[in-house]
Amino acid sequence: MSPVGEGAQFAGGRIASVPYGPSVATVGDYVALMKPRVMSLVVFTALVSLMIAPGQIHPMIGFTALLCIAVGAGAAGALNMWYDADIDALMNRTAKRPIPLGRIAPGEALAFGIVLGAFAVGVLGVLVSWLAAALLAFTVFFYVVVYTAWLKRLTPQNIVIGGAAGSLPPVIAWAAATGGISVEPFLLFLIIFFWTPPHFWALALVRVDDYARARLPMLPVVAGAEETRRQILRYSVALVPIGAAPWLLGYAQALYGVTALIAGALMVMFAWRVRSNREGERAARAAHQLFAFSILYLFVLFAVLLIDARVVG
Amino acid sequence: MDEEPQRIVLSEEQKRSRRARSIAIALALGALVLLFYVVTLVKGPAILNRPL
Repeated sequence: MSPVGEGAQFAGGRIASVPYGPSVATVGDYVALMKPRVMSLVVFTALVSLMIAPGQIHPMIGFTALLCIAVGAGAAGALNMWYDADIDALMNRTAKRPIPLGRIAPGEALAFGIVLGAFAVGVLGVLVSWLAAALLAFTVFFYVVVYTAWLKRLTPQNIVIGGAAGSLPPVIAWAAATGGISVEPFLLFLIIFFWTPPHFWALALVRVDDYARARLPMLPVVAGAEETRRQILRYSVALVPIGAAPWLLGYAQALYGVTALIAGALMVMFAWRVRSNREGERAARAAHQLFAFSILYLFVLFAVLLIDARVVG
Repeated sequence: MDEEPQRIVLSEEQKRSRRARSIAIALALGALVLLFYVVTLVKGPAILNRPL
């Protein structure tokens, strides 16, 4: 079976030739458009924030808030894939996404993203909180316009600044639960914000050929692997006190503090291995290990924060 | 003048995927209606109170 859009050509976020016929897109293709793996991390960090926020939120309202945050993240993912279809087609990691494969037409992805985003923001505003809805709208805007359309192709600091979008879900959830924002969600924001560069640059180190082919100014492409390894280590070291900050500032208890310090030390250890192993297979393995551990790091930190607040506290 | 207008004829795969998409949209809309109904019951009159 040949895909509907076989031979589709993309240029700068727009489609250059449109050989699309009636769609063969399955529900699974649309689910893939929403970046479900990214969405799962967004939902988890938002869930923890919702659960540790002071006061009692009705489970149904909390579920609604999480659903809207998840759908909003999905909308941002779909709009990102719409805009980036041209570079996605050039990279091995992303070439099998639904638009480069020709299973979903760019216009369909654009409409899907806009409708999902509008519904997510509208429903969150009407049923939960307009502050949370405004933050969700800002997050989608920041991810799609500031990160995807502006910074991603412009500067090696793209994922540093763009990381703010991925850091906001706990703030949105906190606003949904309390109707306001305080220091605690800002600390959660900072943890994800400082976690993002070592996480993505570890991936970029092993995918440097992909990014170079797509002419994306990722740090390893522009500044080289050596500078990237240095920056990974710097951000990982900075992450240790930031990760422990909820405990240091008295918002979490010793269980969280000890876990954050141990996890932070392990993160630095993995970053140091990336710094020390610079050649061949060992370098790639070290980068892979840091990438994998960084996911575990964030999961453990937020899980223990929840246990610390709900079980111990 | 009597020429038959050209029509797109969907393949079996296109028909199947269109049906699956239609069902998914229907389920999503149904879930949205249910969500509004349940949240309205949960909130009661407070549904009209939407502070910033």
